[in-house]
Amino acid sequence: MGRTENVSEVVTVNMGPQHPSTHGVLRLVVDLDGETIVNVDPDVGFLHRGTEKLAENRTYHQTIPLTDRLDYLSPLSNNLAYCLAVEKFFDLEIPERAEYLRVILAEMSRVASHLVWIATHALDIGAMTVFLYAFREREEILDMFEVATGQRMTSSWIRIGGLRDDMPEDFFVRLADFVSRFDKCVDEYENLLTKNRIWMGRTIGIGHLSAEDTMVYGTSGPLMRGSGVDFDLRRDESYGIYDRFEWEIPVEEAGDTYARYKVRMKEMRESNKILQQALEQIPAEGSVMTDDPRVALPSHEDVYERMEALIRRFYIVSKGFKPPKGETYQGIEAPKGELGFYLVSEGEERPYRMKIRSPSFVNLGVVNKMAKGHMLADIVAIIGTNDVVLGEIDR
Amino acid sequence: MGLIDGKLPENVLTTTVDNVINYCRKSSLWPMTFGLACCAIEMMACGAAKYDFDRMGIIFRATPRQSDVMIVAGTVTRKMAPVVRKVYLQMPEPKCVIAMGSCATSGGIYDTYSTVQGVDEIVPVDFYVPGCPPRPEALYDAIVALQSKIMTEKVLRK
Repeated sequence: MGRTENVSEVVTVNMGPQHPSTHGVLRLVVDLDGETIVNVDPDVGFLHRGTEKLAENRTYHQTIPLTDRLDYLSPLSNNLAYCLAVEKFFDLEIPERAEYLRVILAEMSRVASHLVWIATHALDIGAMTVFLYAFREREEILDMFEVATGQRMTSSWIRIGGLRDDMPEDFFVRLADFVSRFDKCVDEYENLLTKNRIWMGRTIGIGHLSAEDTMVYGTSGPLMRGSGVDFDLRRDESYGIYDRFEWEIPVEEAGDTYARYKVRMKEMRESNKILQQALEQIPAEGSVMTDDPRVALPSHEDVYERMEALIRRFYIVSKGFKPPKGETYQGIEAPKGELGFYLVSEGEERPYRMKIRSPSFVNLGVVNKMAKGHMLADIVAIIGTNDVVLGEIDR
Repeated sequence: MGLIDGKLPENVLTTTVDNVINYCRKSSLWPMTFGLACCAIEMMACGAAKYDFDRMGIIFRATPRQSDVMIVAGTVTRKMAPVVRKVYLQMPEPKCVIAMGSCATSGGIYDTYSTVQGVDEIVPVDFYVPGCPPRPEALYDAIVALQSKIMTEKVLRK
């Protein structure tokens, strides 16, 4: 009757789509040998909302709110990528002040996104306290967005040709205060985690990814820099005015979950540096919208006084504007990696096709490689370090 | 209270069974963490220190078997709809549903081939919270409204 031999048998386990640590509605089909992972098969599409198809039936301006809801942890980065792509059609000159405000909003989004990442990643592994600390700072950032735009998350504030409107004085006062304190807040998170034995045990050596793998799978962002590849679109294919700031690109060689943790923590500090410099350099006055008549809405004062301005405004709002025939691609360094928008224009008011190159989707492809050979419990850490957002994966 | 007035010691309160049970129910609403999309982030913000739903007795549970209320936070797609329904059916009675945000309420801006136009097509909804995403205060308002609804329910006699 007694068992004489160890029989190895593969069991298939379903994880998600309703699971607290799959960061949304991701479903994983996990093949297990005992507790060891043999194979992980991500099943996506539970949040497919048809964003790309919707964009084909909307004018270029009307698509901006859709981009907010892709990577909903950092809506303003998505706005920026989309608007830069459309602006490429027209070769638009963006006013100085708008460029600085775009950098400020994008970096604030990066910090807000990384704060949700550290909160949920640590929560999944078992460190509850970090969640409360990280959301404390995130609430401050959301409050600042609210002061400036009236919305906490999906503000659609970055528009084609500039920004919707200038920021109130209170925004800069709050931001300066936040920036001066934020480094100490990151110290607090690091105090809780960096030398924490449980944290180190759960992350060091988990989900290893070599520099070659990152190239083969096309991952980007912290997933690449955590494996020793020194690449950042903000520096290497600079867009906007990032070349005016001094900051470092954090790179770690180890390629495991702990290395990526360190990369993202440093990135928050570096974003803070950029914010500091942007606040110092930003011109005190100036327009925040280009005056190019092809895309810019005439101001309200103009509309009330001049018939031509009224007609122009009505035309742009009701019919949209027509970019020249052609195609364009613009990638930016979003918090999760390279976020790109590829647009095909047939010379109409609506794009013929919009394709989104979302970093989360490409980064998710490497999960199987990272998880093989680890324990079932480690898959939570691996999903966390991937920092996926399902809105962006399924679109 | 006319008949028993003065006949009981001072530390005894009289009330109805309904009241006691409803009071217990409303003070420990355990919602299920069912984050689908953007609204889930605002739901997380509700659980964090600033809005602190714990003080209302609200503790997010990860399993339908232990929850009283399902907060559908985000877009329900056709692929996700059977899962939402199954999770709803797994919850023990009495249960209620809050549709959080425009997508769960009516499909919102996503009037497409893949999106369910409102979660009320697949499960009964008690409260709708407008917004895209709604502020934490708006969700708070729905919870308070739900609590006052619970207080009006009759447990023993229908």
